[in-house]
Amino acid sequence: MNSKIKAPAIKFGNNIDTDVILPGKYLILVDPCELAKHALESLDTTFPDKAKKGIIIIGGKNFGCGSSREQAPLALKYSGVKCVIAESFARIFFRNAINIGLPVLECKGISSAVETGDELAVDFEAGKIENLSNGKKFQVDKLPPFILEILADGGLIENLRRKMKK
Amino acid sequence: MNITEKILAKASGKKAVYPGEIVDANVDMVMVHDLTGPLAVEAFKKIGVQKVWDNKKVVVILDHQVPAESVKAAELHKTMRQFAKDQNLTFYDVGRGGICHQVMPDKGHVVPGTIILGADSHTCTYGAFGAFATGIGSTEAAAVIATGKIWLKVPEAIKVNVKGKFKTHVTPKDLVLAIIGKLGVDGAIYKSLEFTGPTIKDMTVSGRMTLCNMAVEMGAKNGIVEPDETTRKYLEGKIKKMPNLDSLKSDVDAKYSQIFEFDVSSMEPQVACPSSVDNVKPVSKVGKVKIDQAFIGSCTNGRLEDLQLAAKIMKGKKVADGVRALVIPASQEIYQQADKEGLLQIFTEAGAIVCGSACGPCLGGHIGLLAAGETCVSTSNRNFIGRMGSIQASVYLASPATVAASAVTGKLTDPTTLETKA
Repeated sequence: MNSKIKAPAIKFGNNIDTDVILPGKYLILVDPCELAKHALESLDTTFPDKAKKGIIIIGGKNFGCGSSREQAPLALKYSGVKCVIAESFARIFFRNAINIGLPVLECKGISSAVETGDELAVDFEAGKIENLSNGKKFQVDKLPPFILEILADGGLIENLRRKMKK
Repeated sequence: MNITEKILAKASGKKAVYPGEIVDANVDMVMVHDLTGPLAVEAFKKIGVQKVWDNKKVVVILDHQVPAESVKAAELHKTMRQFAKDQNLTFYDVGRGGICHQVMPDKGHVVPGTIILGADSHTCTYGAFGAFATGIGSTEAAAVIATGKIWLKVPEAIKVNVKGKFKTHVTPKDLVLAIIGKLGVDGAIYKSLEFTGPTIKDMTVSGRMTLCNMAVEMGAKNGIVEPDETTRKYLEGKIKKMPNLDSLKSDVDAKYSQIFEFDVSSMEPQVACPSSVDNVKPVSKVGKVKIDQAFIGSCTNGRLEDLQLAAKIMKGKKVADGVRALVIPASQEIYQQADKEGLLQIFTEAGAIVCGSACGPCLGGHIGLLAAGETCVSTSNRNFIGRMGSIQASVYLASPATVAASAVTGKLTDPTTLETKA
C-alpha cells in the first residue's frame, strides 16, 4: 500500500460512534460494498457520494467509540475513505482500521487546522500531515514498525499470510 | 504491579510489564457471535491454516439476531453453525445459550487470571471475575483463532474506589452510570479500570458484571475486580480448576494514573440521557419524560437479580397505557429460573412481553425498534443516535428498578419515589 495519500478532507466532531458510522440494522450485511452504501448514514445520507472519489476523514476526540464492529471501518474504507486522522481514537476502532488496511493517525490539534473541503497530503509512514489549502503542517508520532508493516501488506490477514509463508 | 499488569505479564511469559509496553500474549479463550463471527470465519479461511489453534479455546455463540428474523440472519447462523461443526468448537445455538456475555461465565469459559478476547466490545464484562477480558474485531479474532496469540499494549490503570451501602432500589447500574457521568465517554480511553473498595467487596457477581460491562463506555481497554470468595462461590462447579486467587491482587505499591472515590450512601437513581452515555443525571433532576417503550434485559442487566428487582416493583401493577415493556432474561438458564420463581408471570400479567434470551432491542437490528419521536428507557448500555431504531428516537439508560417503575407509570420515574407512594 502506498503510504502517501492526497485527498480532500471531511470534518466531523467528537465521539463519532460506531452506531453512527454503521447502524446495527446493517450488521447482517457481509459484502463491504453493501456496507459502504450506509457509511455515516445517520449523520449524512450523501456521505458515500462525497467519499467515492477518495476522501480523508478528520475526527475530534474518541473517534469510533462504541462497538467492536469491524463493519464500521470497512464501510468507511469501501466508501472511499483513504485515511482517518483524529484528535484521539477509541481503541477497538483503531485496531480494526489497521487490521483491514485503513490507515489511522492520531494528531492533536488537527480539528482546528482543517475545514471540510481542504486538500490534504498525508504520508502515514512518516507521520506527516499537510493541509495544502492553508499550509498548516503536522508531524505526529510514527506508528510502530509492526503496525506499518500490517498497513504496508494491506491488512492483518495479508500480513499473517506473508509471515506464515516464510 | 496491579492485577491487569500481573495477568498480562504472566500471559506473555514476563516477570513484569510496564504501561506502554507492547507484549505478545498467549490467549486462553476467544469468543465470536453471529454478527462478528462470519467476517472472522471469512478472514480465518484466507490465512491458510486448516485448523483453529485450539478448539477447546474457541467459543461460538448465537445471540444478536436470535432467532433469525431474516434470511440474511439465518445464513449468518448457518455459516457459524457449519464452522463450529467443522472445527469441533464449543457452540451455543438458538435456545441453548443466550447472550454471549452471560453464557461465557455461566458455562465455565471464564477463569480468573486468564486472557479472554471476544469479538464484541462488552467482552470487558468478564473482568468482574478477575480475568483480563477485552473486545476485538473480527479480523483480529481470526488471527487469534489461527495463532492463539495477540499483541497488546499494557494500559495505564485508573482506580475507582467505592464505599458506602446502596439505598433501597439504588443499584450497581446507578453507580456505573454515575462513574461514566464523572469520567466521560473518553475518560478511561486505552486504560484499565479497576473497581475496588468495600462496596465492591460486598457486591454480588451480577453487580460486578454490570460495572465491568460498561467500562468500555468510558473508552477503557478492560474493567476488572479482584477475584475473591464471592467469585469463587459463583464459579464453583462451573470451571474445571479454580486458580490460586491470592496472587490475583494489585500490589500495595501498584501505580495508577488516577484514583477516583465514590460514596454510594446518598446516591440516587441515575439515568443517561440521549444521546451520550455520559449525559448522566439523577432521575429526580430530569423532569417529565413520557416513554413509549421500557426494556429490561441485555448483557448489562438481564440477570436474575435484575429481573427479581423489576418484578418486585411491577408485581400486581400494569404497564402504563401506550407503553410497551420488553423483558429479556440474559440466558436460557436465567429464563428457566425466572420462570420457576414466578417472575415471568408477574411480567406477563402486567402486560409486558417476555422474549427469548438474546440481545433484543439493544442495538436496533432485531426486535423492539423505535419509531421516529419515540422514547425508550432501557437497562442496556448505549443510547447513541439511531441505536434502537429511528435516528429520531431517544434512549435513556437506567437501572432495572428505574425501568420497571417507569414502565408502570408511563414516564421516567425514580423507583425510590414509587415505593413511598405505595
